[in-house]
Amino acid sequence: MNINRRNFLGVLGVTGLSLCTGEKLKASPVKESKKEFFGVLYDSTRCVGCQSCEFACASSNGLPEPDASDMPEVGKIRKTNETRRTVVNAYNTSQGEVYVKKQCMQCNEPACAAACLTQAMYKTESGPVIWRDEKCMGCRYCMVSCPFDMPKFEYNSPNPDITKCDMCYERTSEGQLPACVEACPSEALTFGTRRELLAEAHRRISENPEMYHPQIYGEAEAGGTGFLYLSPVPFEEIGLNTSLQKSSYPALTKGFLYSVPSIFVLWPAILLGIHKSVRSNTNEAEDNE
Amino acid sequence: MNNSNTIIAKDNDGMPLIKFLAEAIKSKGPFFTPFNMISLPIMLVGFTLIVIRFVKGIGAVANLTQEVPWGLWIGFDVVTGVAFAGGAYVITFMVYILNMKKYHSIVRVTVLNGFLAYVFYAGALLLDLGKPWNVINPIIGNSFGVSSVLFLVAWHFLLYMIAMLLEFSPAIAEWVGLKRARKILGGMTLAAVIFGITLSTLHQSGLGALYLMAKEKIHPLWYSEFIPILFFISSIFAGLSMVIFEGSISQKVFASQISSKNHHAHDDILHGLSKICALTMFVYFFMQVLTFVHGKHYELLNTPMGYWYLTEMIGFVLLPMALFFHSYRSRNIFLIKLAAFITMIGVIINRLNVTVIGFRWDAAQHYYPSWMEIVVTLTVLFVEIWIFRWIINRLPVLRDPPSWVKNL
Ligand code: SF4
Ligand code: SF4
Repeated sequence: MNINRRNFLGVLGVTGLSLCTGEKLKASPVKESKKEFFGVLYDSTRCVGCQSCEFACASSNGLPEPDASDMPEVGKIRKTNETRRTVVNAYNTSQGEVYVKKQCMQCNEPACAAACLTQAMYKTESGPVIWRDEKCMGCRYCMVSCPFDMPKFEYNSPNPDITKCDMCYERTSEGQLPACVEACPSEALTFGTRRELLAEAHRRISENPEMYHPQIYGEAEAGGTGFLYLSPVPFEEIGLNTSLQKSSYPALTKGFLYSVPSIFVLWPAILLGIHKSVRSNTNEAEDNE
Repeated sequence: MNNSNTIIAKDNDGMPLIKFLAEAIKSKGPFFTPFNMISLPIMLVGFTLIVIRFVKGIGAVANLTQEVPWGLWIGFDVVTGVAFAGGAYVITFMVYILNMKKYHSIVRVTVLNGFLAYVFYAGALLLDLGKPWNVINPIIGNSFGVSSVLFLVAWHFLLYMIAMLLEFSPAIAEWVGLKRARKILGGMTLAAVIFGITLSTLHQSGLGALYLMAKEKIHPLWYSEFIPILFFISSIFAGLSMVIFEGSISQKVFASQISSKNHHAHDDILHGLSKICALTMFVYFFMQVLTFVHGKHYELLNTPMGYWYLTEMIGFVLLPMALFFHSYRSRNIFLIKLAAFITMIGVIINRLNVTVIGFRWDAAQHYYPSWMEIVVTLTVLFVEIWIFRWIINRLPVLRDPPSWVKNL
């Protein structure tokens, strides 16, 4: 009797605990923010491949100045890494040479932030996805999860940071433009709310249909992103990943996470039930002997 | 019946605690064994590498890249190691929930094995963290990332270790001779078991769920929304195969600890386990087939990765399953051990296929573990075996508990 009561209390405790976590889980899915997300529209038909954005990004974020001899060239894929957060590459396409800038896409529902167990990766109310040093434990789960492979890790440091573009969160929260947008000499980059930018992109496509591929990369990719791309050619010709799903990545784990609280409630009850019935069966069997 | 002259270790009866522990710490048995001679140098190199890793960064010892940020340390040490540790929840389920008394003699050693596996493989996780000092962040509550599967897994590791320590604690109390504590701790076993099984169900599948967001990065033959379920089911026979494997070795190495009654019962235990393995592998194989049909990747079978997939499914699931079935019917103990061994290799292959081999299979630059990652992995494994041996030689794990326990 005594033992049974203790077990029962134990089970109660477990259930209680899981109910609490369950509450939190339900409260956590990416909040629909009242404010609109800001983003950047990148029009590759206007980009001249001058790398001004790369230089501005480096100086604004205290990164080493880009190597001037390492220019965008057709056939050479330059990648972002822990010392450069944006790169411009050149592609030979059916419409001639096209330049393409790459950086973190500032997803609406970022996989990196859903993956992060400390909220070091964090989607801010205004749109930029930021990384916070004092929270991060360097597990690199954000890197595993990001469909665009954007978070980078300082493998050769004893106190490594995760680095990626954060759409100049500090500058933009003080009302300034992101450094790359400000530096671009040919207006290939436009900063604004995502809604304005989508409207602007659609306007450009409909006014000049012969100049543009009729889709906007980032409108639906990965559930929508803050960076939006216009291109003269289909996106796979300019090195953008078109095999990505058109819905949110964090949604892929929601089914699993939502099942957790119910398992936490059901399992102990079922196990205790089996235990009880098995025991009374064997007791009976022993009595009958 | 207790052939007491062959039993080396003794439980405390009446000595003051401090004096008893001081006695017990002293090493027992010969030092220059082949195992020691092989493991010691490797461990020394391993510890040096770990120092280098903390001074110079992970890149100094590991081959990880920006595209493949998790390698051997996660894919093998953590993901595979935890699958093998699944024996603890399966055996406690059979003994404490289903009341299958036959398996009682292997509960303690299995729980101890599971506990050490978690301590060391989760410990290996710390080596892989860039900022391990921030590991308390998701625990102390200033930054709960509750939408993260890793958050769930981390918490479950922690809680499950506590549950397993509770399940094992009666052995410690018996060893040091604390009768009252033994009684209290023994009374908490059932609650700890129920809690532990629940946690295991969730984090065994959670380890698979970790990879759900890496949808396009994992080869389609291994990625599916069912990874969590497949990981859970396979952890049952992975854990039991480990129990069979470890038990066969312990029967030889620690023969002096095991009473002749339990020694003879062991074949019977293996026989019973082979049936459970065969059945769960059958369910697993069925699930794999369903997953494959659901995924509709028929054309991929005729590629190198497809052949590799078929090798895994036929050579390391179907074959050992058939062996388990056959050896169950014919009571062939050798075949059971062989099947367990093949199953274990199969589980390693499966976990590595999801986490390392099939991860970014299409990347221009492939990830291969460096020799240093392998040595560190071996070091973790050897330290665990050393501690396991230390405990087995002292605590009442394999041998029968002291006689006073019955009178409690
Ligand atoms: S692109 Fe990657 S790093 Fe950037 S917000 Fe999206 S998921 Fe996060
Ligand atoms: S590496 Fe840091 S930012 Fe990335 S998921 Fe882990 S804790 Fe979060």
